[in-house]
Amino acid sequence: MLPAALRSDTPAGRIVPPSGAAARLVPLTSAAMALLAVLAVAVALAAGRIADRWETGLAGTATVRISAPPDQMAAQVRGAIRVLETTPGVTLVREMSPEDRQALLAPWVGGDLPLDTLPLPAILEVVEGAGGVDAQGLRLRLAAEVPGAVYDDHSRWRVPLVQTARGVRTAGLVALGLIGAVGAVLVAVATQAALAENLSVIRTLRQIGARDSFIARAFVRRMTLRTAGGAVPGALAGAVVLAMVPTAPGGLLDGVAPAGADWLWTLAVPVVAAVVAFAAARVTAFRLLRRVP
Amino acid sequence: MVEFEDVAVDYGAGDLLAEVSLALSPGSFHFLTGPSGAGKTSLLRLISAEIAPTRGRVRLFGEDPAGMDRDGIARLRRRIGLVHQDCQFLDHLTLAENVALPLLAAGHDPAAASQDIAALLGWVGLARQADALPPTLSGGERQRTAIARAVIMDPDLILADEPTGNIDWDMSLRLMTLFVELNRQGKTAVVATHDLALIRAVKAQTQARVLRIAGGRVALAGADL
Repeated sequence: MLPAALRSDTPAGRIVPPSGAAARLVPLTSAAMALLAVLAVAVALAAGRIADRWETGLAGTATVRISAPPDQMAAQVRGAIRVLETTPGVTLVREMSPEDRQALLAPWVGGDLPLDTLPLPAILEVVEGAGGVDAQGLRLRLAAEVPGAVYDDHSRWRVPLVQTARGVRTAGLVALGLIGAVGAVLVAVATQAALAENLSVIRTLRQIGARDSFIARAFVRRMTLRTAGGAVPGALAGAVVLAMVPTAPGGLLDGVAPAGADWLWTLAVPVVAAVVAFAAARVTAFRLLRRVP
Repeated sequence: MVEFEDVAVDYGAGDLLAEVSLALSPGSFHFLTGPSGAGKTSLLRLISAEIAPTRGRVRLFGEDPAGMDRDGIARLRRRIGLVHQDCQFLDHLTLAENVALPLLAAGHDPAAASQDIAALLGWVGLARQADALPPTLSGGERQRTAIARAVIMDPDLILADEPTGNIDWDMSLRLMTLFVELNRQGKTAVVATHDLALIRAVKAQTQARVLRIAGGRVALAGADL
């Protein structure tokens, strides 16, 4: 149920003639803007989720890669485990099984590769405590005691990836802001056109004692309803597009579509569009009405 | 009710009106006459606070519109009923809705005043056309509707700018009768017209005074009219 101020069938809502080419374009542009806004929201949310996942999922973990001749490999692995277990901050050390290494390489070389015929390095998974470890000190100890071991805390590729994801999120939010700004400008232009088209109506209303707020309300109501009327189907179309995004785990677009409560943001798009239209139309109407005596 | 003190109006091409001083007392009836472009409409626009004087001061109901904000001027205009030559209707609204517009603009519920609206349309002889749209009306019907709209708020002052400009003699007299009737009910009336024959015909029915505008000055017309 719409509040009385937004109902177009009220007597006050009928003072503006039902015409105006610019005003008729508002629902169309609003629909397009809402669709883009929903996609921008989804991209921003997805990028945020990915950044969080990479940051929290990989933070606190590290790997130690050990390359050594086959006859020295077991001794080097034992040496590295000993070093790690005596390193403050390390809570768990586990050697990656041949099956796990097979799974790591499978996407590139296939799953039926006989690993035992290849000189692959051993990999130790390291889980760190909340305070982390002294990475520099650990590297020095490993270099001294296990020459074939290389400590990798993933920061070399994790940090740029997280920064990229955050950049995408920021770009999504900027796009959202631009969509809102362009939408506001369109509504302002349409309001301006509607006011200019109905100048004689406005003059009459002023002459019979109508306040600016009364006149503005009629125009603002119409623009807000038209914007919301376009934004609802636009946002629904955007939601349908997102729902059709492939969600196969590990797929390229996995995580792009909203999940759970994130869908609520798509519902907010028409509401925000209506609020933006209301504000833009109101500011424009009051500014222009001041020119009519 | 309306006071002008040395008022001048200049739209940029010299004074259209100059040194205008006058006072319209409550319940008075004034005709405003003069040739086209003499400043009749400007004088009415000064009274309705649509324009501000270039010099001098206008006081309306004891207040100076120059010191008012736009809401204050809107409030002031609710005490004035305006009738224009072109009527200025909202063509997409019915007659009854147009008559109800001042009520709506003042925040009243027109539905609550439907009987008053019907009575007013009856008074001007348009009861049957209440649901008609303005473009379907004749000139006389439009003017009578404009008078109904002008008085729906029970204003203290009626301003009419060439209300008989587009209608025949009989209808002009009929319209003037409505203004005279309103004046007899105690409303102050100012009717601008260049039709001296009409003024002469109506002047006898009421205590109307005639203000003549010429050369930018306003003077009370005498027996020469």
